[in-house]
Amino acid sequence: MAELFILIPGRTSRQGTTLNEGKSTEGYLEEIGTLQVAPEDMQRLELKEGDLVRVFNDVGTITVPCKASRGDELPPGMLFISYGDKSSRLMGGDTQGCGMPDSKCLDVFLEVAAG
Amino acid sequence: MSTSEASLATEGSPEIRVIEDATCTFCGCVCDDMDLTVEGNRITKAKNACGLGKAWFLNHHIEDRPEALIDGEPAGYEQAMDRAAEILLAARFPLTYGLSDTTSEAQRVAVAITDWIGGIVDTTTSVCHGPSGIAFQGVGEVTCSLGEVKNRADYVIFWGGNPAESHPRHFTKYSLMPKGEFVPNGRKDRTAVLIDVRKTKSAKAADHFLQVKPRRDFELAWALRALARGLELDSSIEETTGISLETLHEVMDGMKRAKFGVILFGMGVTMTRGKHLNSEAILALARDMNEHTRWNAKPMRGHGNVTGADNVVSWSTGFPFGVHLGSGFPRFNPGEFTASDVLARGEADAALIIASDPMSNFSQPARDHLASIPSVVLDPKLSDTARTASVAFTVSTYGINTGGTVYRMDDVPIPLRPAFESPYMSDLEILRGIESRIRQRQLAEPASDA
Repeated sequence: MAELFILIPGRTSRQGTTLNEGKSTEGYLEEIGTLQVAPEDMQRLELKEGDLVRVFNDVGTITVPCKASRGDELPPGMLFISYGDKSSRLMGGDTQGCGMPDSKCLDVFLEVAAG
Repeated sequence: MSTSEASLATEGSPEIRVIEDATCTFCGCVCDDMDLTVEGNRITKAKNACGLGKAWFLNHHIEDRPEALIDGEPAGYEQAMDRAAEILLAARFPLTYGLSDTTSEAQRVAVAITDWIGGIVDTTTSVCHGPSGIAFQGVGEVTCSLGEVKNRADYVIFWGGNPAESHPRHFTKYSLMPKGEFVPNGRKDRTAVLIDVRKTKSAKAADHFLQVKPRRDFELAWALRALARGLELDSSIEETTGISLETLHEVMDGMKRAKFGVILFGMGVTMTRGKHLNSEAILALARDMNEHTRWNAKPMRGHGNVTGADNVVSWSTGFPFGVHLGSGFPRFNPGEFTASDVLARGEADAALIIASDPMSNFSQPARDHLASIPSVVLDPKLSDTARTASVAFTVSTYGINTGGTVYRMDDVPIPLRPAFESPYMSDLEILRGIESRIRQRQLAEPASDA
């Protein structure tokens, strides 16, 4: 059953360096396409590194591999993904009249992807 | 600042040159102390560069691509500029967008083109610190340069940003480590606070880490404003913000004792619900603190010349981004004239995209519409946006192949010292060519006022 999480898309060092190697490189695509989950949530949901998870909200759905975040970087209930194509698929077009779509702290559901 | 070039050529090998005090345009720090070793058409060493800067310089090479693509087919510059002018002149509600990774000289021409064709000019600021731009108009900005931060700041708050990963030299060059005139012992003379929802790599560099609850930056800023005014808060503030009242008092006491404080805030503030109200609260906190001592607030800017885009659009139109020029005078209205909105609502009927890749980072409705309208794209790389363009120009890379001016995140203009020439034209040259064609046609066929 899907659980509600808060997703933070953001910048990482690896995203910045691999961006310069090219947006179609394996390193860049892996960096923007891997979801970080708090170790406690990984354990509770019996997830292991590389397991595919489905993340969705009323805007879109992405299916990505997951991995545990470093140490206590993420509190339980929070997810992180490098900002890019995948995270933007969960971003709506509405900017509430300010020009900026909700791009961080997105409410999303997460469930283990079938298969 | 030295600008000497030392030639180290040896017989039978490519000439080796060292470009001293070159400028890195990868991020808003715009570090201008790079020593680049250039061998032929490659940069082989980038002394003083951070990890991001090294990746920026060392991965740069001249790609073997056509000068332009028209509907995916190779074309020359002249033909492509003709077609670009046709597309932009035929549009009724054209959008000019991007501009944060090009020179200010090119930005100026892009604004002029938009004015000639009566379109909207918006920059990546609108999906970056645009909310802060709105907040500046609401409460103002108590501001300073990074030089002042380096020489004076003894209390530094990083809020909603992760400089350790996004601006790696900020700590060492400007805000934490450097020894300055009034902080002679460098880091020892400074107190650093990090406020964020995640305990990022930057937390290690801070004396205090305040893990604010998601979407509670506004409440936290107002709690600090209340304490700055000497108002009483009760302990329920911890339930609201995630930060105990005791910690808030400790931070506020430190802020009041500081001789020169600065809040450097990132997109954790502007991209989260509340947006411009979050920025406004932080700017107002900095303003309020000046009742006690000197405080400032500065946004941490991402792209190399996004600050230049704000400056150029501001001094050209009076407004920083999201400006409509179709009525014969500038109109500023974020939400109405910002790129994400005019694309997601399906309003723009053509686009001129310069140095940006909205097809890979805009919302899906915006991407879908952009893919459905004619577009002219200028990019050194074949980005997703360039792939879908009606006309895609291959251009040289600013800062590496092209000179000009960029603005550091504290609004200080910095000259570029390019490393080697590119066979491709610059954004400025292409835009001038398009502008010239547009004007020729407009003057040959004056628009009817009827």
